[in-house]
Amino acid sequence: MSAVPAKLPTVLESLLMPFLNILVALFVSGLVVWGLGEDPFFALGLLIEGAFGYEEAIGYTFYYATNFIFTGLAVSVAFHAGHFNIGGEGQAMLGGLGLTLAVFWLGDTAPLLSVFVAVAGAALFGAGWAFVPAWLQARRGSHIVITTIMFNFIASALLAYLLVGPLQRPGGQMPESSDFPDGAGLMQFHEVLAYFGVSFEQSPLNLSFLIALLAALAVWFLLSRTRFGYEMRVAGKNASAAAFAGVSVPRVTIIALMMSGALAGMMGLNELLGEQLRLIGNFTLGYGFVGIAVAFMGRNHPLGIVLAAILFGVLYQGGAELAFEMPTVTRDLIVVIQGLVILFAGAMPHLLRRPVAALYGRFAGRGAA
Amino acid sequence: MKYLFVRVVALLVLASTPSTLAFAQDFKPVLLYDIGGKFDKSFNEAAFRGAEKFATESGIDFRDFEPNSETQYEQALKRFARRKADLIVAVGVGYSVAVRNVAEQYPNVKFTVIDAIIDLPNVQSITFKENEGSFLVGMAAAMATKSGKVGFIGGMDIPLIRRFQVGYVQGAQFVRDDLDFIENYVGTTPSAWNDPIKASEMAKSQYARGVDVIFSAAGPSGLGVINAAKDSGALAIGVDSNQNHVQPGFVLTSMLKRVDLAVSQAMQQANAGTWKSGHQVLGLPEGGVDYAMDEHNATLITAEMRERLEDARAKIIAGEITVDDVDGGNSGH
Repeated sequence: MSAVPAKLPTVLESLLMPFLNILVALFVSGLVVWGLGEDPFFALGLLIEGAFGYEEAIGYTFYYATNFIFTGLAVSVAFHAGHFNIGGEGQAMLGGLGLTLAVFWLGDTAPLLSVFVAVAGAALFGAGWAFVPAWLQARRGSHIVITTIMFNFIASALLAYLLVGPLQRPGGQMPESSDFPDGAGLMQFHEVLAYFGVSFEQSPLNLSFLIALLAALAVWFLLSRTRFGYEMRVAGKNASAAAFAGVSVPRVTIIALMMSGALAGMMGLNELLGEQLRLIGNFTLGYGFVGIAVAFMGRNHPLGIVLAAILFGVLYQGGAELAFEMPTVTRDLIVVIQGLVILFAGAMPHLLRRPVAALYGRFAGRGAA
Repeated sequence: MKYLFVRVVALLVLASTPSTLAFAQDFKPVLLYDIGGKFDKSFNEAAFRGAEKFATESGIDFRDFEPNSETQYEQALKRFARRKADLIVAVGVGYSVAVRNVAEQYPNVKFTVIDAIIDLPNVQSITFKENEGSFLVGMAAAMATKSGKVGFIGGMDIPLIRRFQVGYVQGAQFVRDDLDFIENYVGTTPSAWNDPIKASEMAKSQYARGVDVIFSAAGPSGLGVINAAKDSGALAIGVDSNQNHVQPGFVLTSMLKRVDLAVSQAMQQANAGTWKSGHQVLGLPEGGVDYAMDEHNATLITAEMRERLEDARAKIIAGEITVDDVDGGNSGH
């Protein structure tokens, strides 16, 4: 009767638990807001209103979510193969560089073609940047966490060099490239919808959101429906067993990490090809790192990652609105709230597990009796 | 437990209902800082003081926002433009592309951009002759140095900051022509504005090489230079805001760039209906740049030095001294 069941039903495990964790995080954030002398419920209202209250807000929420889907998937693909890819940030930067080069190469002559090449370029450059750490891990045993972190710094320095040097906007002072040629960009949703006669407020939400959803579907298919996905998961669970079963672990490692890098690299599609239409020095803004939290909150399942990414989209967009509307809530406090959500939902997912399990055990026991 | 849960959900739903958050007054000015942040004791804080001055004089409140990154510039501008702010003041050369894009999209909103020049019918561009103010603090540095070595630490290496450097060197050489100059830049990306630790290390290295006065044109990074001056028992020159008070006795003077003046004027003009688009330059004659004198540096700047500085100021205003400039100091697109 009172025994705590070891395993909760999937619904409780994957829906209720994250929800409760987020509630706890919001409660603690509310205490902080209350301590600042503001009404926490009003603040929460502003946050939700800012994220979903009107069409433009919804657009922004999903626009941010797109970044997190890409980086979250990137972390999760590597994780299934047993590796921690901390280099999403650098791979995204290189992806941005790849798409920028593609757009400048073809944009003037064939804008539409350049967009397709840009998508491939983003993925290729991201994968290429992940290849070196992957090879070092697979063939030389260098720890992937160290090498990918180091590659973030190299990527950032490389981008800074290019953007104050050869790629800098002529006459410009900031580290940013020239504007992309006309027509070389992903259509934004309000444009697509206007094409079908539906009016939607202008927002930066663009076609890369669909690309991100397709990527999530592809990752799901790869992991659970293909032989390679199976090999990846086996290698991730137990490399020796996989090797014994005939899986080439180094090969799986390299390919998985390159796919991870390609996903991270495609983040640039959303930021650069969808909205900014120029390469900006630090456009990645830590999204690569947030991807780690997104992947863990989504339990490394593509669907979970999409949901977690939307949650982070809400926090980013709603948080920015909150900072706009409440002067005492500074940008730093928004980071605190995001940090609390990561802490409770990402890093301490089992905090409420025992009480919930006990409660469930009692209910389940009563049902059986 | 279950009821508690229901109550929490009900509260959440209730809390999310208040929706319309309208501006209370008719005239709605907005101030957007650059990534240095509001209280940087320098450039952005000067802008904030200007807006506050307008607010206290007119009784009209203003909205402000600190972006986290350059990518948020455009989002912040669009957000306020869409809410029909009457005037959006964006400070910093980093805003040039973002203001251009948004101003084209919202031709009915007024934009004032500081440090960048954008040629659109609804944009007012205000730039400063930083080289003229830097000339004067360069003179002060040359008169104060005992070692004959003076230093310069710039924030981000861009033409705008080169302009400070050019004026500073020319002013110092105007006083004596046997000086050694040591010049460093904190970095090449916007993060160079926010790196007081690196700036402090550069300053310490300069002081160790015999420099005894450093002019830091580096925004918040400059605070590192001023603290290094105290640690080394030498002198620093502040920038943008009056920074003499940061380490009294170790700050020779500050090159004032009256961003506060530009911001409060733009807001007043927009409120009174006299706001005009186009380009304005604020130099010494307009009081847009100056050197700071207060009780903290009264003993550092002697009456004799003061006299020479005032003399040079008059000559610059009269056109007898021409201060050099650099190309493209305010271009950004």
